[in-house]
Amino acid sequence: MLIRKSKAHSLAKPEASVILAANLAANFGANSASTVPQGDFLRGAANNILATTMDRRTFLKRSGLVAGGGAMASQLPYNMIGSAEAADVAKEKTGVEIKRTICTHCSVGCAVDAVVENGVWVRQEPVFDSPINLGAHCAKGASVREHGHGEHRLKYPMKLVDGKYKKISWDQALTEISDKLLAIRKESGPDATYWVGSSKHSNEQAYMFRKFVSFFGTNNMDHQARVCHSTTVAGVANTWGYGAMTNSYNDMQFSKAALYIGSNAAEAHPVSMLHMLHAKESGCKMAVVDPRFTRTAAKADYFSRIRSGTDIPFIWGMLYHIFKNGWEDKEYLKARVHGIEKVKEEVMKWTPDKVQDVTGIPEAEVLRIADMLANNKPSTVVWCMGQTQHTVGNANVRAMCILQLVLGNVGVSGGGTNIFRGHDNVQGATDVGPNPDSLPGYYGLATGSWKHWCAVWGVDYEWVKKQFASQVMMEKSGITVSRWIDGVLEANENIDQDSNLRSVVYWGMAPNSQTRGLEMVEAMKKLDLLVVIDPYPSATAAMSAMMRKDGVYLLPACTQFETVGSATASNRSLQWREKVIEPLFESKPDHTIMYAFAKKFGFEKEFCQNIKVEKDKQGWDEPNVEDILREINKGCWTIGYTGQSPERLKLHMQNMHTFDVKTLRANGGPCDGDYFGLPWPCYGTPEMKHPGTPNLYDTSKHVMDGGGNFRANFGVEKDGVSLLAEDGSASKGADLQMGYPEFDHVLLKKLGWWDDLTDDEKKLAEGKNWKTDRSGGIQRVVMKVHGCHPFGNAKARAVVWNFPDPVPVHREPMYSPRPDLVEKYPQGADKKVFWRLPTLFKSLQDKVKDISKEFPIVMTSGRLVEYEGGGEETRSNPWLAELQQEMFAEINPKDANNASVRNGEFMWVETPSKGRMKLRAQVTERVAPGTVFLPFHFSGWWQGKDMLEYYPEGAAPIVRGESVNQGTTYGYDSVTMMQETKTTLCRVTKA
Amino acid sequence: MARMKFLCDAERCIECNGCVTACKNEHELPWGVNRRRVVTINDGVPGEKSISVSCMHCSDAPCMAVCPTDCFYKTDEGVVLHNKDACIGCGYCFFACPFGAPQFPNGPAAFGARGKMDKCTFCSGGPEENGTKEEFEKYGRNRISEGKLPACAEMCSTKALLAGDAPVISDIFRDRALRRGKAGDAAWGWTTAYGKPEQAQERTQERTREQKQEGGK
Repeated sequence: MLIRKSKAHSLAKPEASVILAANLAANFGANSASTVPQGDFLRGAANNILATTMDRRTFLKRSGLVAGGGAMASQLPYNMIGSAEAADVAKEKTGVEIKRTICTHCSVGCAVDAVVENGVWVRQEPVFDSPINLGAHCAKGASVREHGHGEHRLKYPMKLVDGKYKKISWDQALTEISDKLLAIRKESGPDATYWVGSSKHSNEQAYMFRKFVSFFGTNNMDHQARVCHSTTVAGVANTWGYGAMTNSYNDMQFSKAALYIGSNAAEAHPVSMLHMLHAKESGCKMAVVDPRFTRTAAKADYFSRIRSGTDIPFIWGMLYHIFKNGWEDKEYLKARVHGIEKVKEEVMKWTPDKVQDVTGIPEAEVLRIADMLANNKPSTVVWCMGQTQHTVGNANVRAMCILQLVLGNVGVSGGGTNIFRGHDNVQGATDVGPNPDSLPGYYGLATGSWKHWCAVWGVDYEWVKKQFASQVMMEKSGITVSRWIDGVLEANENIDQDSNLRSVVYWGMAPNSQTRGLEMVEAMKKLDLLVVIDPYPSATAAMSAMMRKDGVYLLPACTQFETVGSATASNRSLQWREKVIEPLFESKPDHTIMYAFAKKFGFEKEFCQNIKVEKDKQGWDEPNVEDILREINKGCWTIGYTGQSPERLKLHMQNMHTFDVKTLRANGGPCDGDYFGLPWPCYGTPEMKHPGTPNLYDTSKHVMDGGGNFRANFGVEKDGVSLLAEDGSASKGADLQMGYPEFDHVLLKKLGWWDDLTDDEKKLAEGKNWKTDRSGGIQRVVMKVHGCHPFGNAKARAVVWNFPDPVPVHREPMYSPRPDLVEKYPQGADKKVFWRLPTLFKSLQDKVKDISKEFPIVMTSGRLVEYEGGGEETRSNPWLAELQQEMFAEINPKDANNASVRNGEFMWVETPSKGRMKLRAQVTERVAPGTVFLPFHFSGWWQGKDMLEYYPEGAAPIVRGESVNQGTTYGYDSVTMMQETKTTLCRVTKA
Repeated sequence: MARMKFLCDAERCIECNGCVTACKNEHELPWGVNRRRVVTINDGVPGEKSISVSCMHCSDAPCMAVCPTDCFYKTDEGVVLHNKDACIGCGYCFFACPFGAPQFPNGPAAFGARGKMDKCTFCSGGPEENGTKEEFEKYGRNRISEGKLPACAEMCSTKALLAGDAPVISDIFRDRALRRGKAGDAAWGWTTAYGKPEQAQERTQERTREQKQEGGK
């Protein structure tokens, strides 16, 4: 038995687990001989455990109260010791409060009750009332109280001086950084700066970040969503309207079949499995398609192993059987889908032999999964980064949408595309946050969009325009976070802005989650200024200190447990977090730091025109978070972020028990009729009381009950064919039982509905449409009075004609192990200007076509349950760090034997970009021969060397290891600049 | 009187380590001490199954039988606890336990002594007065006295790990096994513990009859 986490041979402290595991193995009696380490080893482990135990926290000496300070209490500065001692003195149950918050580690949105005693987070209790998680947690969720200890946090502002991080004051930090940024803006223009925001910001912070960077004068900003689900958002929105998970984790309880492709939910979204496993007990069939036999696959009825990067041939392979057997939903396709014939032409080229050749999956298995989905309806599909992080990511996700459209599964409870997002608020940050190509609410960057938002912000459009280099730059999409390094390194004449990037602010994102690490450190070296604003110093601090002597600043932000705000879960539900504890050490909430910088930049008044600014306990100015949400409510009409007032959200958090676990709808009580967390779109003003939308595009419900239909966002006709839905396919009870375009003041007048508006509404609605009418009147009249959908009623697009591949086609990965297929299925042409940068496709692919001779093994990456994202936060948490103590790579016994590498030994993984990662070999059949899997949460080693010396003292994460993205190669999606992380090549050698 | 038991449903356990972490969190366990562990067989190949294991609070506990200082005792709820003041760290319980539950986080001291044994308490504390600081320092949190169940099971991500009164959790497990349509053969230990699948329904009926009779008393 090999237990991944108990690589006891690696760290000096073998654990009891080994013994427990050994005894258990004996009890199970099952194939333990092959994998349990030999008796000698066990004896050694037993001796070791008796001989040494970590003494970091002497359990027996401490009470729970002092534990708030942890074993390093003597080193803790400031208020922590005081409050811990105070708690000790106060003793019994005085001053005990329960604060309800949400786990910050993934998009499921698990509720947590924090028990706080005199300001110290002393206990964590499960929230059985939460309809989303019913008290359940994975390792990460069960560990969030550790944030109240935060021993490895960045404790105060620091500055790199002569290659070492030195403590400085906030005042000095703010002054020096803002002086430098203003100087860069003056010398090279605002576009010489780059701003990485965060999907771990609350909605309010993410929204303010967009505004903040806009006021600085650039669109050069981005966040984790770029390298997470940007292809999903673009591909799915362009198919049917909104770029989000259509249904919910809970709704999967209604599914009769589910296909997980490119999702390892058991590790990435463990609590989602609560719903799926329950569904399975009610007869739901489950299939997993993945290059790895994942822990999710271990729970599935069927597993098929796919060659990494060949999703489209597999999906088309399924559709081939579906069309051939007449399993498609013909009525649905006719009434609600545009362009399926063109797709069918492409699909029928993918005969079973071709599918098997390209994907490696035999016909019988493809047919079995197609049969499962087609004949057990409603059936759903789940995908994550296994689909999105490819050069063809946008096409992968559209192929999945088409599959569900053909089966008539979209807009159906139990069906839909259940796209599991990553960070706790990556959906929200995408919706209202720092996107380089859009203002909050997907308004884009056109003049009209800016004018809409300037009106919401209460600032003069002309003033904002002056902040930018020009109106052209104001309306030009910025550089993406996946490519900021090229914004620094690319020759100036090749980039589509005046200056190269000279400064980068990393405000809550890990650098090791972006590819091409070797080039990243070169870019870091070249910058004039690098600023990290984060609760943890993050790999950015160590990577830059390795490359340079000065010009780096670290500012301590606090976590979401130390402030208030809302977060949007993957299912589009918003949940409100209460503040659990005061910010630890010298840290500050992100919006407070933004305001401090806004003052330095001289636009603090404009920044908070409609937002109260209050003093916090240390006398800092803090924008009122509820006011920020109210401002979001006043502007985000496009996606229905308008009905979720702070008051309504708080009411939901207090009355979780009144919501049904399957439907998410409140039955009675103060939230009667609402869906939990008012999943967006929650249209109209809060007073209109839209209940939120549990499943998108569901025509079986009235729009005021969360019903809907596909969006009319792409015109009303294409090449002489109507794009509007056919008669009889409108949402329940709509006055217009036919297809119709989106609503504006003209259409309202034509239909004679204008006078349904109040006089006040008319004033604001005149000349406006449903997206720009700030009174909410158009939405109210259309929905409440006439039961119609404000965004119209159109067909979904199987053909997305504005994308490079209107019908998804297979294109071999940039670095493919199959040169013969590269010739047949090549990448598209290079792009000269793409998100301000030249981008290589075919020319690079041709160049590296035969590189698999030197690098014969496919390298792919993914999640571990114990860690999140770049991992600095979770690897700093001792409860989690103990469970995964070293970086490793999964390698098939065949490849390991060929390389003379044995289980548990160090090996080198080398990539075509000259990346070299030294890590432990985990020899397992979880991966097939010819594939190596690396988890992506590690950092802190660089080409075999521990980077401990480059971290600020005491702030390095407990567990450090090679980052897979040191070695990942070039490759970007042709629409969104998503990076290719899931398919590249490598070779392995014994270390 | 309740009869407290743990039961881990291998069909639901996804090896997420939520239970392990919940335990660490609730009892402030130091690095290296794990009162609970997730164990996996057939790792990475079809047939992969995991279960979460700790002290199983045996009905006839071998640790109790072998302890030379008789430091173990069983609560009215059937939870096996021990008195650390009486423990001499001899390690007999460690060798006797089929689950590897006893641990010796403080050893070794002089002359090879292992220090006090530590293990899962079913969140029931120890001989000290319920909910006191002394009890917490020696044994961890006493949730049972607060009317709560063990933290590991309460937080289990998929409700695989069940803790509570034996008849209640058995019924939950049995209900799942029946619904799965595989009548339990997919559930680890089913055939061993309860006989062939077709006997499952019979047993449920029998159980219902028993409960009715008990209720009637």
